[in-house]
Amino acid sequence: MAGATVLGRLTWQVATVDEVVEETPRVRTILLDVPDWPGHRAGQHLDVRLTAEDGYRAEREYSIASAPGEPVAITVERLDDGEVSPYLCDELRPGDGLELRGPIGGYFVWPAQDGGPLLLVAGGSGIVPLRAMVRHRQRSGSEVPVRLLYSSRSLEDVIYRAELDELGDSIEVVHTLTREQPPGWAGYARRVDAALLGEVAWPAGDGARAFVCGPTSFVETVAGGLVEFGYPPRRVKTERFGATGR
Amino acid sequence: MEALDGNAIGGLLIEVFGAEMTTTRGTCVHCGAEMQMAELIVYLPAPGTVARCPTCKDVVMVVVDKRGIKCVDFRGLAMF
Repeated sequence: MAGATVLGRLTWQVATVDEVVEETPRVRTILLDVPDWPGHRAGQHLDVRLTAEDGYRAEREYSIASAPGEPVAITVERLDDGEVSPYLCDELRPGDGLELRGPIGGYFVWPAQDGGPLLLVAGGSGIVPLRAMVRHRQRSGSEVPVRLLYSSRSLEDVIYRAELDELGDSIEVVHTLTREQPPGWAGYARRVDAALLGEVAWPAGDGARAFVCGPTSFVETVAGGLVEFGYPPRRVKTERFGATGR
Repeated sequence: MEALDGNAIGGLLIEVFGAEMTTTRGTCVHCGAEMQMAELIVYLPAPGTVARCPTCKDVVMVVVDKRGIKCVDFRGLAMF
């Protein structure tokens, strides 16, 4: 077939920005129209490439925020000294082109048929691939029990807040606000540590699958805590992100 | 410098190997630990990408980009 991409090879293509949703003052979701998208699994990511007028290029990986079957979306946190995120957060408009390739990754993924129960633990924008898993669960009609533990600095920094609130009883969402809490806050107000995991995580004997995504130090604390708690390491999948990039 | 993990080089690994590699299993030639590529400790912003064994922390792979050509030193991981 003319123009077909060779299976297994990743090729850069230009997507079009369809819509932009402001999630928090520093975070936005970019919905994309990708003409040649082969489909993705919940938890995968894609690479974005920006090319400057002088030919300088910067690439970054972003988790896919949408469920399989939904239009491709990424959620981007603005890093003040970043090379890519300020452009994506401040400049990019609907109708603009964006060069990307994907989907990428087969490790940090959850197909509904893998079952559960699921323990999802997010630090900051680590919620993005876990949101794709939650949406995938809802769309696929899965009844796998899910607990989502989500650590944010403040209520204002909670990404997808309204969407998570609307999940109702189908998924247990537990927030912890580490830096600033609104008056009357009854939830957790401390960093995720072994003691907090002990209160929130499924007991080790339940055979839960854990997905942990966040900054490196957060991921290491949580993954170490879960293993200490009795989770087999192979059931604790981790994905670290950092402010640094190529 | 903050360490990431092998998920962060999923695209790079596809460029180098032509296939999705993050779930490929390997054995560290330094300490014998088994891992999936996604579990490697990865440093991105260095002159090249450096991947280390999550168990013994020794270097298992270095990828340097020279004018668009990827130079791969795959010194420490036996894949199966």
